[in-house]
Formats: sequence, C-alpha cells, structure tokens
Amino acid sequence: MSKSKAILYDTTLCVGCRMCEQACAERWGLLYDDTIAKEEKLSEHKLTAVVTIGERFNRRLCMHCEEPTCESVCPVGALEKTALGPVVYHEDRCIGCRYCMLACPFQVPAYEWSKALPRVKKCDLCYERQQAGLQTACSEICPTNATISGDRDELIAEARRRLAENPENYYPRIYGIEEVGGTSVLILSAVPFEELGLRADLPREALPVLTWRALSLVPDIVGVGTVLLGGIWWITHRREEVAAAEGKEKKS
Amino acid sequence: MNAIASPLARLRWPRFNLWHVIFWLVMLGGLYAAYTRFLHGLGAATHLSDQFPWGLWIGFDVLCGVGLAAGGFTLAAIVHIFNIERYKAILRATILTAFLGYLLVIVALLFDLGRPYRIWHALIMWNPRSVMFEVAWCVMLYTTVLALEFAPAVLERFGWQTPLRWLRAVSIPLVIAGVILSTLHQSSLGSLYLIVPHKLYPLWYSPLLPLFFFLSAMCVGFAMVVFESWHSSRAFGRQLELPLLASMARVLAVLLGVYLLLRFVDLRHRDVLGLVVVPRLETWLFWLEILLMLVPMLLLFRRTVRLSPGALYASAVMVIFGFVAHRLNVSVTGMEAGSGTSYLPKWTEVMVTLAIIALGFAVFRFVAKNFPVFPEESPRPLPAPAAGD
Repeated sequence: MSKSKAILYDTTLCVGCRMCEQACAERWGLLYDDTIAKEEKLSEHKLTAVVTIGERFNRRLCMHCEEPTCESVCPVGALEKTALGPVVYHEDRCIGCRYCMLACPFQVPAYEWSKALPRVKKCDLCYERQQAGLQTACSEICPTNATISGDRDELIAEARRRLAENPENYYPRIYGIEEVGGTSVLILSAVPFEELGLRADLPREALPVLTWRALSLVPDIVGVGTVLLGGIWWITHRREEVAAAEGKEKKS
Repeated sequence: MNAIASPLARLRWPRFNLWHVIFWLVMLGGLYAAYTRFLHGLGAATHLSDQFPWGLWIGFDVLCGVGLAAGGFTLAAIVHIFNIERYKAILRATILTAFLGYLLVIVALLFDLGRPYRIWHALIMWNPRSVMFEVAWCVMLYTTVLALEFAPAVLERFGWQTPLRWLRAVSIPLVIAGVILSTLHQSSLGSLYLIVPHKLYPLWYSPLLPLFFFLSAMCVGFAMVVFESWHSSRAFGRQLELPLLASMARVLAVLLGVYLLLRFVDLRHRDVLGLVVVPRLETWLFWLEILLMLVPMLLLFRRTVRLSPGALYASAVMVIFGFVAHRLNVSVTGMEAGSGTSYLPKWTEVMVTLAIIALGFAVFRFVAKNFPVFPEESPRPLPAPAAGD
C-alpha cells in the first residue's frame, strides 16, 4: 500500500501554463496545438486538461481511485488498478460497452468517437515510466511544482504539512483522501472544491459496493428460486396426479 | 392494372400495401445508418458523447427490448410451473416473441458496442463484480433457453421426433432456468444504474432499482401477451382468447398496484417525495410514466374493461408505453442533468431502432405463418394471404 504511487496537485501553485497538457500529449503521441490547448475539457486527444475558473486553474485527469468504479463495472476486466497505483486500460480486452464512462464518478474516460474501431482514452499515470522509477511526464515538466508525484503516503504527509504551515492559503481539506474511497490524485485548493468544479458531493465509500450489494444476491436468487419454482411445480402437478388416481378409483 | 400486352404487366409484381412501403423505407434508412455506423464510427451515427455515452440503443433497444420479451418467462412459469394449462394456447407465440426480442437486442448491441466483434469476450474474460458481466451471461444463456423452448415448433414442423423427446425430458428444468435467468436479467438491467447515484435524478435512483425493473418487466410481460394476442388474432384471423386475457388482466392490475405503491413508498423513504411537485422537465416525465401505469391499473380493475377487447388492448398499450417511459427516464431523462449535458438521438440512431423493430415484426410474421406457433383451430385460414394485415 505504501508503495502506491500518486500525484499531488496544488492548485494554489498552478499558473495555467499548460505545459503538463503538452507533455502529456507528447507522451501519448497525440496532436497538440493552439486549438486543442483552448479546449478546456478531457477528450480522446486530451488526457489531462487545465480548466480556467476566473483567476484560478484546476487540472483534470484520471483520479486513479483506490477502488476504481471503472474497474468494477467493466464486464471483461479491461481496466485494472495496478499495485503501483495507476489504473490502466487493456485495450485488447475492451468490447466498447462504455459502462466505465457512464459509471466514472469523475466523468474521466473519453472515447474515440470518430474511429471505426474506437478505444477508451484516459490518463494511466505514466504507468511504464512509474515502473521504470521515473515520475509522471506532467510532474516532471511542471515549472512551479504545482504537480508533483511520489508515494501516496508521502504526498498526503506533504499536503498535510502545507495545510498546517500555511493555513491562510488553503481550504483546510485534501481532495482525494476520502472521495469514493480515496484516489491516487490528491488536490489542494485555496477555495472550497466545488468552486473549482470538483464534485464535493461524492460519498466516502467506494461506489462498487453499490452494485455488489445487488450482485452478491445472485447465488441466493438462483438457489432459492430453483427450490421455490421446483417446489411449486411439484405441488401443482401432485394435485393432478391425485386427481387422476382418484378418478381411476371411482371408475373401477 | 391494364393487363393488355404490356411486358411489365406480365411480370408478377408483389402486391404492395402501405405497410410494405413503410417497411422497406425503414429498412433502407436502417441500412444507410448501419453503413454510417460501421464505416465512420459511433460519432458519425449517433449523438453520443463522453458525457453521455449511452443513448437510444441502450435505453430503448436493449432496456426496453429485453423488457418487452418478458412475456416469455411470465407465461412459461404460469403454464409449466403453476400448471395453469389453459394459457398454453398463447404460450408459443409469447416464447417466439421473447426469442426474437432477445435476438434483436443482440443485434442492437452489435450496433452499440464499439468493438462488436469482441462481444464474446465475456465468455472467457471474467469480471464477476460487474453487473454488465452478469447481463452478458444472462443474455447468452437465456437466448439459448428461449431457442430450446421454441425449438419444438420447428421440430414438429419437420417431424423430427427424437430431439423432440429429448427436449420434453428437460422441459421443466429448462423452464425453471429460463424463469431464474429472466429474473436475474430483468433486475440486473436496473442494477446497472446502481453505480450512478451521483448522476441519476433522485426520482429514479433507488437501491430498489433492480426490484422495480423486475416488477415492471412482469407487468409489461402480461401487457405484451395481450398486445400480441390482439395483433395475432387480427393478422391471422384467429379468435381472441378473451377469457384468458381477461383473467390475466386481473393479475396485471394487482401487479401494477404493487409496483406503483412501492415506487412511492421508496420515494418517501428516501425523503425525495417533495420532488414530485418541483416544476422541472424530470417531474413532467415522471408523471407521464406514472400515469401511463396508473390509468390502465384503474381501468383494468373494471370488469367491463377486461371483457372489452378494445379497452383491454388500449390498457395493455398504455402499460407498454409506461414501461418504455420508465426505462427511458432512467437511461436518458434522469441522466441528463447529472451528466451536465442533454441528449437527443440522431436520426440515424432512430432509424436503426425502427429497422430493428420492423425486422422483429417481419420475422415474427414469417415464423408464425410457416411454423405451428398457434394451436390448430377449427378451420384455420390456409393458405394465409400473401400480403396485407
């Protein structure tokens, strides 16, 4: 658990230079130009996006949940929470049902709508760079250290230190510690999170439990249902047998 | 037509009526939509987006298609499990509808899936924590069960006795498996939306969604039996099984009552009952859905309605529309605000849906004409007319 990698994004340090966007596009081999830079939303060609809110900035990317909703809903296991922290996408498994997109509480996964054989596109926290011991492309390039990467535990400690040292600069909470069971992207803000467009109404408990409550009943329904239906069949046809037997007796 | 010596007149033109023209226009439109979808991708053929990844094809074709096929398991249970033999007359037609319904749902899925050729992946790549995984298995298994349940009609037609005997030997386990798979499947379509408490409008989001989907599927199952019997009796010149349908309508009325009561009890327990008077689009569509279930319920409690073919049919149609409204409210209306976007299907999406429905009607007609779907009736009008309803 302690080895789990994460990102700490401190919105108070972000100057909106969009170098993270550019580094991300480069790493994925995606086109990046002025037009795309102006699109302040996640899409198939923008796996991280800096959003301008008045004078502030907020960076959108996959939150890499500790218990990802997308991983739980995928019927073919195309999304996987790795031990290292990143939630990765196995393109060769994906059937394109897009349930991950519907279910994601952060509305992150994007789809290649214009392609005949589309894929889901989302940040993978630079999984192969992390495996090689490197930091993510976005944190490496960030000129103000608004985005830094490291072990999740250490980043939480760092975030708490910043809140304690400069309480006047921060809204006194860390986004991502508790939201839907915790995420591997942690966010600090000067203002309440919803003012940055972050969902503050998400439950603390991971979402997969909601469907699991129903799914875990499946064996019960099968067991009880079979016995019940079999029993009813036995009773209703027993009546017939009795009626037939009685009819014979009367005749004889 | 003037038949004198014109070479065109000597050809035997198929007799066209308005329905044929509509059918072929719809199929043509569907074909064009399919071309767009498969060559230029989902983006070109639909109004779906990253914010709204599921639209008409999931909301109507799949969610409603499966539901409208619910007559199959309801009636199979009544006839074979509860041993109420008199309903046997309409069982096969219902099983056929359910089977075709499921096949068409699979066709719709092939349109909707981004990589339709990988539809089989769930067979070997398992994720039992996923509702979609359960849905996939239920569709595969129940379609197989329905094929086996309908197989006797085909086997009888060709007089193949041996496989018929085999099927009869396993018919009860098959029916039980069918009922259980349907129960699981109907409810799991509701469970799909348990994962979006943050997106689905509170009038529809409920931990009881699976139960509501199951109950409303049973309601629409009965309504579909009435609907199909009525149409079959007209199309094939058969007597309407009115006493059967009337007693079934009683059950339907009670089920509708239970369903509606639970809906409101649930709203109260979740402390959102106040939302039913908030003036916004969701509220109007909520009431539309509720009234389309409430009005037929009140009607069906009246004996005169149950015994009048027209009124009975109208009530069934209302239930069907109420059911469709509920599914579309959950999958489209209720999801728009929470997704921060709006969605209206593109015309190509509508075209595919219409083509799939038209295909369903055409195949049903073909099978019903050529296989023993309905029990032999004293002088059955044979051969059936070549065209026209």
